[in-house]
Amino acid sequence: MLTHETISEKIIEPLLFEMSTPGHNAGRLPAYLDVPAADLPQELQRADLPLPDMSEVQVVRHFTRLSQLNFSVDTHFYPLGSCTMKYNPKVNDWAAALTGFTHIHPYQPEATAQGALEMLYQLQYILGEIAGLPHVTLQPSAGAHGELTGLLVIMGYHRSRGDSKRTRVLVPDSAHGTNPATAAMCGCTVTHIPTDSRGNLDYDILQREMDDTVAAIMLTNPNTLGLFEERILEVTTLVHERGGLVYCDGANMNAVLGIARPGDLGCDVLHYNLHKTFTVPHGGGGPGAGGTAVRDTLAPFLPAPLVARRDGPHGPEYYLDYDRPQSIGRVRAFYGNFGNAVRGYSYLRSMGAPGVREVSENAVLNANYIRVNLADAFDLPYDRVCKHEAVFSGRRQARLGVRTLDIAKRLIDYGIHPPTVYFPLIVEEALMIEPTETETLETLDHFVATMKRIAREAEETPELVKEAPHTTPISRPDDVAAARKPVVRWQAGG
Amino acid sequence: MNFIPLTDADRQTMLQAIGVTSIEDLFADVPSQHRFPTLDLPPALAELDLQQHIADLAGRNLNLAEYACFLGAGAYNHYIPPVVNHLIMRGEFYTAYTPYQPEVSQGTLTAIYEYQTMICQLTGMEVTNASMYDGSTALAEACLMAARITRRDKLVLARTIHPEYREVVRTYTQSLDLPSETIPYAASGRVDLDALAKLVDGQTACVAVQYPNFFGVVEDLAPIVDIAHKAGALVIVNADPIALGLLRAPGEFDVDIVVGEGQSISLPPYFGGPYLGLFATQMKHVRQLPGRVIGQTTDHDGRRAFVMTLQAREQHIRREKATSNICTNEALVALAATVYLASMGKTGLKRAAELSYHRAHYAAAEIARLPGYSLPFDGPFFKEFAVRTPAPVAEINQRLLGHKILGGYDLGQTYPELANTALLAVTEMNSRAQIDRLVGALQG
Repeated sequence: MLTHETISEKIIEPLLFEMSTPGHNAGRLPAYLDVPAADLPQELQRADLPLPDMSEVQVVRHFTRLSQLNFSVDTHFYPLGSCTMKYNPKVNDWAAALTGFTHIHPYQPEATAQGALEMLYQLQYILGEIAGLPHVTLQPSAGAHGELTGLLVIMGYHRSRGDSKRTRVLVPDSAHGTNPATAAMCGCTVTHIPTDSRGNLDYDILQREMDDTVAAIMLTNPNTLGLFEERILEVTTLVHERGGLVYCDGANMNAVLGIARPGDLGCDVLHYNLHKTFTVPHGGGGPGAGGTAVRDTLAPFLPAPLVARRDGPHGPEYYLDYDRPQSIGRVRAFYGNFGNAVRGYSYLRSMGAPGVREVSENAVLNANYIRVNLADAFDLPYDRVCKHEAVFSGRRQARLGVRTLDIAKRLIDYGIHPPTVYFPLIVEEALMIEPTETETLETLDHFVATMKRIAREAEETPELVKEAPHTTPISRPDDVAAARKPVVRWQAGG
Repeated sequence: MNFIPLTDADRQTMLQAIGVTSIEDLFADVPSQHRFPTLDLPPALAELDLQQHIADLAGRNLNLAEYACFLGAGAYNHYIPPVVNHLIMRGEFYTAYTPYQPEVSQGTLTAIYEYQTMICQLTGMEVTNASMYDGSTALAEACLMAARITRRDKLVLARTIHPEYREVVRTYTQSLDLPSETIPYAASGRVDLDALAKLVDGQTACVAVQYPNFFGVVEDLAPIVDIAHKAGALVIVNADPIALGLLRAPGEFDVDIVVGEGQSISLPPYFGGPYLGLFATQMKHVRQLPGRVIGQTTDHDGRRAFVMTLQAREQHIRREKATSNICTNEALVALAATVYLASMGKTGLKRAAELSYHRAHYAAAEIARLPGYSLPFDGPFFKEFAVRTPAPVAEINQRLLGHKILGGYDLGQTYPELANTALLAVTEMNSRAQIDRLVGALQG
């Protein structure tokens, strides 16, 4: 990591545009033309292409130096709640880098892509089995995209039954922002359902709101408090009795692999985040992959094509099934983030059924270990056994003038990525800690000790915490100035 | 193979600290009749066995390293320098999360700021977001954005836009009461301007076209913009970034939104993904932009710093009033495009475009000379062109496979009037020798 001492006064790394050597030609492509030059009308051509020109060594040093300004799972403990920042096994990247996967064209004949199609078919099956919802599309490119797919499937189902008055979606007040945003993209209005004192969806209010205008409820289970919905069966039964469907946000699947199948609990649709649960690296914000699983009654509405299998003269053949007349249609071109499907498949084949259950068991064990060890130092608004993450409140420290944001920034000084903060919205000064199953006991103990130390600092030397971080290439940036007068690209002389 | 570092002894220590006797006790809140189901999954593989299994799957796919590829139609075989993969696979980039904590994310934030700058330079626009899933979803989001800005509800899409992209627009708008109409194409293969003028009216939110279009033909943007803007509609252009190394930037034509598929400047075809949705617009529309945006600011000590900004548009703040539900995007692919554009440079990108252009024109001229083959469209084209064939395209492609050639896209699948018509793509990866081999195989 660079430190304040090793950087120039105001700029920690120049931009590409500030290093460009115009006219430099790296000579990557042939300068000669091996065919006759064609006529190229002047009016089609651009006058100027204002991109930088650089040598390769400049490019490599620039991006390598930039990379060193980041925290990452490969370098730091990253207990970012709701994001499942677990270790990313390197064999998955080896798999996704094979030429037989990278250099295949989405439109090449199916007979020439049987390995790719078989992999997708198997992954569809495995994800369906874990969810208890056997029909899976791998088209969605991320979790929110999977939500959109799932909710459009639900709307397609209601439409097919002529049930067009169902345009409300119930969303718990603890939900991820993507849930209400997705509902709006499906033309639905959102009704928020509060959380009760035990951290469950408020069942009495659900009973009041659940009527024949409700298309679906969007649940997250365990919810974003890290708690299992204790009345899940009553909730799903009630919604079904009144003609609605249950959408399950799979962001927290790392808690329940082989523990409980959402389909068995009454969920009708589930989206996965392969980049959370199944070790696809987050890439600094993507690409992800978000398969969507549904039960039998909803299968006709899934996006076409699905990967299907039939018997051929030489054994099973895999093909793209476009014959889906009730389908909602594609949610993207081609078949999804295939490269990430390879990574997820590779991981799932390493684990097997006992392996995936161990993932969730150990993820939950680690979260509860942190919960009990920090219960003295920080407030625990819902004090019961949690699942894969523990949500604390920093309100005790806030009364001393040290905000949760300050605690998060101070963790950085100790080499730990901050937890998710100020989410879920219903917890004052929330600190949402998800250790995942891939950490050692030593790391967990170090984290606990560090959090306790920061709690002491909040009492004894609050300024030290409020001015954190002290060890990073930049101190806290001015977000307000950034939003007030947006500078969103470099301009010459700007 | 598992990736859990705890030992049994560790687990005992931890269970004691928690005050339970077994891990099962932590799941007492799960309904007992559904707790610990038996999952019928394939057995766990040791890493060695896994590698052999995966290598076998990969080996059963025809790959473009061994075949001459003339297939495009939205997924292209362009040259990607090895330095791109080297840099994006650095764990500090690859295993980081979304840069919500700017003090420990300046690497990702700076790179995406550079990405935004270069996509603005390439498209001639003023602001871009930090990426969308792919070109098709970028187009759908652009249509939604145009409807928000104009408060109108009719979408007009050129029939010469990728058929799957138009399908995605339909999917995204099916519950929103945003009907769309399709502009036919003229004999040139370009948008039929007379038909366009008749379709656009006071309810039209946007006119969307592709540049070059699905047939490879370069649309004349000026009259399209003129017709749309006179009716108060926005213009959306879905552009190929390689073509923008040579062709006039859409921004020169005063278009409102530019989207595109960034695969050809970042990654190999990858069976369709991960890809990269480009999304650019004018500053006056910035608050309607979907997705993440990186902005420049200063830190507490006056140093230049980069942050995620204008987040009040986004789902985690605005929830059901957000400009989109998108959260995770394609950041690492955007980084790949940034490294690509930096390492190809102005000179290299222009050369890739020129080689594609000249070789495509050579190939088209040679094929058009063959008996039974002709070019159906007379509009100017870039790297792709349609060819009428003397036999069904599938039949010809089957024959080409025997010559280690991956043939073109069968236009008859999605344009019934274009039966026996192939769409061929030629890039800087196709040498003259490959083209001559294709011509020979088509003849034979």
